[in-house]
Amino acid sequence: MTRLNVNPTRMEMKKLKARLSTATRGHKLLKDKSDEMIRRFSVLIKENKKLRDEVERELSDCLREFALARSVSSVPALEKAFSMPAVSVKAEYGVTNVMGVEVPAITLLRTDPPADGGEGLPYSYAELTSEADYSVEKIGKVLEKLLKLAEVEKTVAMLSAEIERNKRRVNALEYVMIPQLEETIAYIRSKLDENERAATTRLMKVKSMLAEKNA
Amino acid sequence: MTGKTAIIGNGESILAFKAGGVDAYPCESTAEARETLRRIARDYGVIFLTDDLAAEMDDLLKRMAEEPYPAVVPIPSEKGSSGYAQKKMKEEMERALGVDILFQREER
Repeated sequence: MTRLNVNPTRMEMKKLKARLSTATRGHKLLKDKSDEMIRRFSVLIKENKKLRDEVERELSDCLREFALARSVSSVPALEKAFSMPAVSVKAEYGVTNVMGVEVPAITLLRTDPPADGGEGLPYSYAELTSEADYSVEKIGKVLEKLLKLAEVEKTVAMLSAEIERNKRRVNALEYVMIPQLEETIAYIRSKLDENERAATTRLMKVKSMLAEKNA
Repeated sequence: MTGKTAIIGNGESILAFKAGGVDAYPCESTAEARETLRRIARDYGVIFLTDDLAAEMDDLLKRMAEEPYPAVVPIPSEKGSSGYAQKKMKEEMERALGVDILFQREER
């Protein structure tokens, strides 16, 4: 490891020691943060997997139902029926803070009830078959889960990026900054000691020379 | 802030979402989907994207991953899941933890 390019003086050593203690404290804090983030991440990723599996299954079901509905009515009729939705999905998009990462927090507000007091179908019962009704109803239910999934998945993605960044910081401190500082401090200390010894020997030499002269 | 949700997708499956109150943007090609996503990214909080399209625009989605919104969620299309979301989850897990804690059993 390379040592820093500084003058070997007492002043420098004092400064470096202060930096070292800051670095050590920072390293400890970041490491704790990393541990906690990883713990939360592993909980979240399991939830993500569970939700994802559920949603994919339900959605496939739903789409199959929809395909059925499509097959029994003509395409123009279907498109006409679905072109003006009677409900609209409104959700509250907030932000929460997970370990210093801003992540989305989504809550589904009531989907606006249809104005005519109907059941939220964008068409009348006479227009399409009942399969269409079921698929519309199902998709309304899946949507809630889908929004939850959106929140969890995004959180997982952002947390994983942050964990990686944090890991880099921890490693930079642990394997570069701290050894560098330690080595430089050791170097300065040995240099200062060396100077001290040199001064002592010089004094001893001078003393012996003086003693010889006076003798 | 309250916001809307959108779906970008190919095929007719997005019609079903439209009936559920999600704004639908039909796109037949990847290029079209990219263009649409870029255009509407500011206006929506959650954008669903059929996963066969998502798999082809991975780079664009990566760029959007840093901000809380919009959250782009790959969903299976009427042809079924393409496994894109699973792949993504695996990637994130390996990046964060270094090991795979969910899928390793299934692969064997």
